[in-house]
Amino acid sequence: MLMDLIALAWSALAGHRLRTALSVLGVAVGIAAVVALTALGEGARQYVIQEFTSIGSNLLSVLPGKTETTGAMPGMGGVPNDLTLQDLLALRRQIHSVQYIVPVSMGTETVSHGERRRQVAVIGSSPEFLQARELSVAQGQFLPPGDVERGVPVVVLGHMTARELFPGEQPLGQVVRVGEWRMRVIGVLAEIGTQLGIKMDEVVIVPVATGMKMFNRSSLFRILVKVRSPKDLDSACEQVISILTQRHDEEDVTCITQKAVIATFSSILQTLTLVLVAIGAISLTVAGIGIMNVMLVTVSERTEEIGLLRALGATRGQILSVFLIEAVMLAGLGGLVGLLVGLGGVHLLTWLYPAVPASPPPWAMAAAVGLAMILGGLFGVVPAARAAKLDPIVALQRR
Amino acid sequence: MIALQHISKVYEVGGQPIYALRDTSEIIQSGEYVAIVEPSGSGKSTLLNVIGCLLRPSEGAYLFNGEDVSQLDDRALSHVRQHQIGFIFQSFHLVPRLTALGNVSLPMVFAGIPSSERQIRAREALEAVGLSDRAHHRPNQLSVGQRQRVVIARAIIMNPSLLLADEPTGNLDTHSGQQIMELLESLNAKGLTMLVVTHDPKVARRANRVIVLADGHIAKRVKGEELSAGSTPFF
Repeated sequence: MLMDLIALAWSALAGHRLRTALSVLGVAVGIAAVVALTALGEGARQYVIQEFTSIGSNLLSVLPGKTETTGAMPGMGGVPNDLTLQDLLALRRQIHSVQYIVPVSMGTETVSHGERRRQVAVIGSSPEFLQARELSVAQGQFLPPGDVERGVPVVVLGHMTARELFPGEQPLGQVVRVGEWRMRVIGVLAEIGTQLGIKMDEVVIVPVATGMKMFNRSSLFRILVKVRSPKDLDSACEQVISILTQRHDEEDVTCITQKAVIATFSSILQTLTLVLVAIGAISLTVAGIGIMNVMLVTVSERTEEIGLLRALGATRGQILSVFLIEAVMLAGLGGLVGLLVGLGGVHLLTWLYPAVPASPPPWAMAAAVGLAMILGGLFGVVPAARAAKLDPIVALQRR
Repeated sequence: MIALQHISKVYEVGGQPIYALRDTSEIIQSGEYVAIVEPSGSGKSTLLNVIGCLLRPSEGAYLFNGEDVSQLDDRALSHVRQHQIGFIFQSFHLVPRLTALGNVSLPMVFAGIPSSERQIRAREALEAVGLSDRAHHRPNQLSVGQRQRVVIARAIIMNPSLLLADEPTGNLDTHSGQQIMELLESLNAKGLTMLVVTHDPKVARRANRVIVLADGHIAKRVKGEELSAGSTPFF
């Protein structure tokens, strides 16, 4: 029965090719927009998650300043205490359950070798930075172990920095200038790409004390804490905060886990995706109204046919089904075309701009056609109900 | 057998009751061939719609093969139309985008008869009306006479017990009108009850019995051969 009604609806749609094509196009545009926009949103989300997970999920970032509450203690707000190397050493003395506790200072400097110079990000840290950030050394060695408070004039170059300063040359053992400082190259990092928005191939890494002197800063940029397993993150965070609160006489540091950062970004981008879906939904609504319009015209054109079908024994329910199926088919066809166009658009975009991450989530693809059919049903129900309500006698008398 | 017992149909027009049918009673035996004529007024189409289960009477009972169908709901009336009544219309009412075969199959689609069986029965019906070679033609590719044959094939496809023909020759030339009447009469000869509404005395006098309506009620009942072909026949 259903197949017969579908065949009947198909014959009606095929009888008005241009009208059918235009309605299908209307839905297709909406669905294509939904597919393409969700692909972009979801692609961005996955890109960010990938970026963050590439540096390990066992990492805790401690930064100066309390970001969650402000003005909680009258007269004591404002500039937070520095996060010093002494804080770092205190943490290292008192916390033993974690793998590494690593200082990070950051700045920008010009690094030069002879005529070649380049503006780079300078990271001051300790030998454990290598493991904490899951980097590896291609040549030479990383920062030497020793007292973190003593800055020795050595530097480890990022992959690109080394290639640009020493094209076709061996950088190890050479001297480069970092700002006003002369430093010996002791190692080159393996190629790694971008981490957390920092192009790790284009940095130089120096001992943390050197870095702090270089930028004339008393506070660290971050303290990274690497735990053995993600379940230790919360307790490590509590320990860090309690130790530093004791040292600073107030709670003035913030502890960020990778998990929290990912969750935040993920939810922001999910919201973005939903906004994009909403934009698509608007065009779908317009398409739905289009379908309703076409179906109303169809019903009024086929009044005589409806009367005939009723005389031949079709019930009101069957008449309703005939027109509802027609609307759903119209919309479903649009959904299918829209899905193909949307996917094509996404492929074209990623082909033209490989940097733009875009992959339609599977749910969106399944939803696209389903959504279109629901749309057809929703906007088809009024015309179909109108058809079903027709009095067969009146309908038959219309010539 | 169908029995109309004191059937009335009232319409409200501007607050005034207008009787399209007034206290009409009639019995039509199975296998009868009856013509309904009406010099003026709209009683005959109302009567046809009531008999065809397209319209519920305001008053009275309508017994169809013993069952009172006058107050059945829409679904049940649809079922009676589907299985008991074949309709033949003056203006054919064929679906233009469907072939002759598709049009003949239509009642079976809504009755839920499977496709394979529909094919066989529709071809048989087209053969019975002499249109086997036109099965895949659309209505606009057929002559008016052929179209009315498709309509007849569609009307008999569900093996109804009653055939209702509303001006079956109204849009046909004399020759094809003659052929259509012969076809309908051959069906009646096989036992199908036939009710023809017409204003054409030449058609009416072929019937066994003629019911003459006037002002919404039955004014006269005559035998078909009693109608003279020439003069104004009904009064």
